[in-house]
Amino acid sequence: MLTKRIVPCLDIKNGRTVKGVNFVDLRDAGDPVELAKQYADLGADELVFLDISATQEKRKTMHDMVLKVAEQVNIPFTVGGGISSIEDVDDLLHCGADKVSINSSAVKRPELINELSDKFGSQCVVVAIDAKEIEGEWFVHLAGGSIPTEIKLFDWAKEVEQRGAGEILFTSMNHDGTKAGFANKALAKLSDLVNIPIIASGGAGTIQHFVDTFKEGKADAALAASVFHFGEIPIIELKEELRKNNIEVRL
Amino acid sequence: MNLTIVNYGAGNIKSIQFAFQRLGYDAVLTNDVEKIIKSEKVIFPGVGEASSAMKMLKESGLDTLIPTLKQPVLGICLGMQLMCKHTEEGDTNGLGIFDVNVKRFSGAVKVPQMGWNTISNLKSDLFKGIKEKEYMYLVHSYYAEQCDESIATSDYELEYASALENDNFFGVQFHPEKSSKAGEQILKNFIEL
Repeated sequence: MLTKRIVPCLDIKNGRTVKGVNFVDLRDAGDPVELAKQYADLGADELVFLDISATQEKRKTMHDMVLKVAEQVNIPFTVGGGISSIEDVDDLLHCGADKVSINSSAVKRPELINELSDKFGSQCVVVAIDAKEIEGEWFVHLAGGSIPTEIKLFDWAKEVEQRGAGEILFTSMNHDGTKAGFANKALAKLSDLVNIPIIASGGAGTIQHFVDTFKEGKADAALAASVFHFGEIPIIELKEELRKNNIEVRL
Repeated sequence: MNLTIVNYGAGNIKSIQFAFQRLGYDAVLTNDVEKIIKSEKVIFPGVGEASSAMKMLKESGLDTLIPTLKQPVLGICLGMQLMCKHTEEGDTNGLGIFDVNVKRFSGAVKVPQMGWNTISNLKSDLFKGIKEKEYMYLVHSYYAEQCDESIATSDYELEYASALENDNFFGVQFHPEKSSKAGEQILKNFIEL
């Protein structure tokens, strides 16, 4: 049976991981390649690298990093952050990325999703959606959640599927950073609405939150950052607990 | 070991080259017919859409070359599917190396299947040292039907052939280059065939 995926997310700025990490045995905690290798060995199913740097050197730095990760890491990984053209994606895939994640650029020009899935196949096109629940209605936000739009989450999710997205990475702004659990109601609704995998993001604090997002939220994968980076939830323990709860995982 | 990866413009093949590099082998990316014929082992990768990949193969004459190869050939993902008779993707005729058709998963499951699934009913030297129900990474919307040439099966909506073998030809639906240590073992087994 297809297993549920556990996905650590690494924020990258100028080729280095941003948030501190306290892994033992790590020579350089700021080196994304070292960290990625460690996560692969610890049982992560997949990795996401989110580039949040804004320098002009950004592209080259990211390409170098992607090449090194592809060279040394034996699990799949997605790269996101500032990707807005076919050329961007072509470059990243050629450096060895398995998937790319697009967000604001897809909202600004939805045809980009069609173009990417036609050229590279929908399997490598992840559309990331940041949304916030305001008075009972979910609205898509841009630029890391700072710019609200009038686009409704569920309409947009349906549209990105129809345009050829292979997967949706949904981050709830209401839950992100709270460590109080994932947005399971919205996730379950999304999962019923579209027929592509959904990655849950935002709110992971305890092992039970992961159990809940797979069971109640019907998520196909769960993404988190700090609970993994700071060793609060060891991935092996998490997976053993998920299995005890009859959730299929790779162990 | 003289190892080539058929480079016909399809998808992310760097990862396969890197995986062999981690195992200590230099794999050459090429579409040069002579080089491919002379190599000891051939990897036939593929990520993307079937009809356009088939078109690229035809443009470089590789569609007639590949079925005539005598050394071990390993098709990966779309590479495996193109070695079959026919695929529903773009209603495309394949190379006919494997006597089986490729169909699309129905809407009863999420498509593509994306993630780690188990492989079972293993019967090939390709899987030496690999345990039943080992996890492999898969990303695909189309599958090869169960058939006589099946050397591994997986379950998603139905039981399908996740690996095939016919003489010197091998095909795997999963990505060994992305399937952690077990995947690397399969690549190593292929090298040692």
